[in-house]
Amino acid sequence: MRFVRYLLRKAAWYLAVLVVAVFLNFLLPRLIPGNPVDTIVAQLGRGGVEGDSLRTIHEHYVHAFGLDQPMWRQFLTYLNHLVHGDLGLSFANYPAPVRGLIDDALPWTVAMQLPAILLGWIIGNLLGAAAAYKGGWADRGAFLGALFTSSVPYYCLAIILLYVLAVQFPVLPASGGYSFGNEPELTPAFFADAASHYWLPFLSLLLVFIGTQAVGMRSMAIYELGSDYVSYGRGLGLRDRTLVRYIFRNGMLPQITGLALSIGTLVAGALLTELVFSYPGLGTLLFNSISQNDYPVVSGITLVITVAVLAANFCVEIVYGIIDPRIRAAAQGER
Amino acid sequence: MRLAKFSPRFWIALAVFAVIFLFGFIGPFLFPGHTPTKVVGGLYDPPSGVAWLGTDHIGQDVFGQLIYGTRTSLIVGLLGGAVAVVVGVVIGTLAGYIGGWVEEALMAFTNVIVAIPQIVVLILISIALNSRSAVGVGLVIAVTSWPWTARATRAQASSVRVREHLDIARLSGSGPIGMIMYDVLPYMLSYVVMAFVLQMSSAILTEAALSLLGLGPSNGVSLGIMLHWALAFESVRNGAWWAFVPPTVLLTLIAFVLLMLQSSLDEFFNPRLRGFGTRLRKVRGRLAGTIPLPGTVPVSPGVSGAELSPEPAAPGTAASGAAVPVGRKGSR
Repeated sequence: MRFVRYLLRKAAWYLAVLVVAVFLNFLLPRLIPGNPVDTIVAQLGRGGVEGDSLRTIHEHYVHAFGLDQPMWRQFLTYLNHLVHGDLGLSFANYPAPVRGLIDDALPWTVAMQLPAILLGWIIGNLLGAAAAYKGGWADRGAFLGALFTSSVPYYCLAIILLYVLAVQFPVLPASGGYSFGNEPELTPAFFADAASHYWLPFLSLLLVFIGTQAVGMRSMAIYELGSDYVSYGRGLGLRDRTLVRYIFRNGMLPQITGLALSIGTLVAGALLTELVFSYPGLGTLLFNSISQNDYPVVSGITLVITVAVLAANFCVEIVYGIIDPRIRAAAQGER
Repeated sequence: MRLAKFSPRFWIALAVFAVIFLFGFIGPFLFPGHTPTKVVGGLYDPPSGVAWLGTDHIGQDVFGQLIYGTRTSLIVGLLGGAVAVVVGVVIGTLAGYIGGWVEEALMAFTNVIVAIPQIVVLILISIALNSRSAVGVGLVIAVTSWPWTARATRAQASSVRVREHLDIARLSGSGPIGMIMYDVLPYMLSYVVMAFVLQMSSAILTEAALSLLGLGPSNGVSLGIMLHWALAFESVRNGAWWAFVPPTVLLTLIAFVLLMLQSSLDEFFNPRLRGFGTRLRKVRGRLAGTIPLPGTVPVSPGVSGAELSPEPAAPGTAASGAAVPVGRKGSR
């Protein structure tokens, strides 16, 4: 029963945040000087359509987009469309639906990030724990290395890798998700091609994840090494191996949260990596639509990011509520 | 605080940052011949006696751009970091010190802002602003990054609030503002300093990320804008390393150095975090001989640098209210 109350409270809270975020997503692009219809019509005008018909087209679009209606009604229309999964039409690729563009890009982003996050998490944690346990020069070296890869902006690392491994020593393809002239299809040839393009972005992300996780795990392990239960356990005569297991298990808790959250922020996590490698994911789409003033696509992408992050946070909190009763108690003001 | 106690790491980091700072702010006077908009050659000319770091996609001097780009990035970082810290500290201190419904309201507001991904708000605000100055970009970044500081400060303030010296101050007739200024803030100063370093570093990187997406300052050049054009005009794939290596190296250096600065400050303020050499188990090989020093209160992860970070590794622990700060017990 208490858990249901906890669940409902959290759900209500996240719903409220979602409404705020959707409202921002609705409002801010509408503050841009000039409205979207002007942009489309201006493009038509450049295409050689004459004045009078332009005005008719303009009025038609103003009506079609509902721009002649009060703001609150526009917001309701917007919400209604969102609920039906309709994100509007792209300006730059008019009349391609935004939804279709995002659907095309999203699998690339997920396929690039998910393996990098998982593998990086495993390697990073092992490395961090080993460094803390060994101490001395191994620790110093691993720590500084990990600190470096985790503090280097990930896009900088991506640029350097691209230059070294694709330009200076051209062992890997330099751009795109597949070779020019190839089309995404379900054939072995295409997968082999995509796999060779996959390495660079994957590597650049993997290094960053390993670094971040190793730094976190190392400091957790050092903190645990000095804690009372370790000394007590030693006093009881427990073997090192047993103690290390305890330490590892306690150190893992925050790391698991970290994993869940990086899976949640996955959509937004490496926008710039894609940009560097011209990888056909959301980041490249975002970059292109910003440079073309394609506001519906931009706000569609920001909406997808928001929903993904909120959903991930929500799941983490629910799982934490199940795992750890203290959190439920704290949320209800009990100690 | 005696200066000699800082670790060498701190001094090295500080020195490197000072050099970068001087490069950005004194550079224009030291190298008056190198201005960012001066066209000194063609498309991606390699480094020469005139253009020390070659030219960019429209023949401008990369070295000149680097000076002014560093300056813009530092301005954005200093301004964004300072404003974010001031807003965060004011809101956090008020919430933690006053408590009650003020705290509830301020923290609910903070939590809503934390929950919405920063990059989303940044992109939306940036496309809504038609022209952006460096100062404007700094302010926009500050507006979206203060909540982490507010949260950490609130935890601190509400733990300081119940200490005895505040009762004495109250008895001797200090008003609320005087108490916050003289009896609460000084006890949180170390956190404020670390928060500023982290916020500054994050503001510089955020500006670079925004600029890479094409949403950076629209007047002038920054390190991110240099990278943006270097990528847009394919300098990497054409092997024109002078166009993208300098801004990449500088950004990396700034990020690394500021992190070093923060972590050595953190170790200075929280001695238990000190790693190498001082670790007790060194006494007899591995784990042997770990004797907890009496009276050393373990530094709660909730108050170490991790919590101050604008982008902590695990924001969820804080978001869920799991990190109940140490001193919180007595405050209710």
